Amino acid sequence: MSLNRFIPLAVFCVIAIALYVGLSLNPSNIPSELINDPTPEFSLPVVGGEEVSFSSIDLAAEDGVVIVNFFASWCAPCYVEHPFLMKLKERGYKIYGVAYKDKARDTNRFIAQQGNPYYKIAADEDGRVAIDWGVYGVPETYFIKNGIIRYKHASPILEMEFEDKIVPILEGVDE
Amino acid sequence: MRNLLSLIFLVMLSVSAAAVGVDEKRLDDPTQEARAQEIMKQIRCLVCQNQSIVDSDAALARDLRIIVRERIIAGDNDEQILGYMTSRYGDWVLLKPPFDGATIVLWLSPLLLLMVGFYVIYRNQKLRKSNVSSEPLTSEEKQRLEQLLNNEGRK
Repeated sequence: MSLNRFIPLAVFCVIAIALYVGLSLNPSNIPSELINDPTPEFSLPVVGGEEVSFSSIDLAAEDGVVIVNFFASWCAPCYVEHPFLMKLKERGYKIYGVAYKDKARDTNRFIAQQGNPYYKIAADEDGRVAIDWGVYGVPETYFIKNGIIRYKHASPILEMEFEDKIVPILEGVDE
Repeated sequence: MRNLLSLIFLVMLSVSAAAVGVDEKRLDDPTQEARAQEIMKQIRCLVCQNQSIVDSDAALARDLRIIVRERIIAGDNDEQILGYMTSRYGDWVLLKPPFDGATIVLWLSPLLLLMVGFYVIYRNQKLRKSNVSSEPLTSEEKQRLEQLLNNEGRK
């Protein structure tokens, strides 16, 4: 009988813990459906042109880690992220850039002003390839190792997060 | 007064016109368009999160509406169209989560809570019944009762 008095307290504790955990999750972090899959099939043109810049075949053929970054000149957080992308390039990462729903002139101006961290840039003018990748905003960045998507990051990548979260994942697989 | 009434009428008209995707071409066949809108109501807008893509003005929601209409014209059934969305954005894109291992607690917890509630009511009733004694008072108890009542009366 005396144990029964603690039932309300126990129920309260369970609810409180569930709410504490549930409400501290970031609702804008939507898990990606593509983790541990090869990249979706696509082929994208160069900025302001017709010829193919790169396609899923190019990404599948890459050995080791490559990065695919969806960006746009109209996206303010992309300016925040840009310096770190430049740093990643200096560190030897190969970054493929996809200009999402951006005019060629604006993309070119963005690159001219901010610097070019990309190995290749393609234009996704109608945003259809981005939808195939499960992109719901810019910037979004995919980390691909040996042709398989290992991690997706929505919102600007910051150095600390990259070191603490992404590098271990990229080093951890394929052992 | 008449002007005011017609103004109110016009405002009401404009609200209903804005309710569903004002910006894009609808399907020519009204039954197909109705089907498209039923499907859109089930798909979450990934930008605004608690709206369906029908209700949302986000550019991505508009793109997804266009895709739903395209797939209908291409002859896809409802599952195929929802599958197109979940293969890219996960089950999360469905406003109504599917019933499976990961969501079983979510779906069954209301039922479970209801059952717990009934059990508590049942147990309380039983406790109350067993507490009530049906035995008549002994003569000693009667005397004590009398005494108490008399004391009360004297005051």
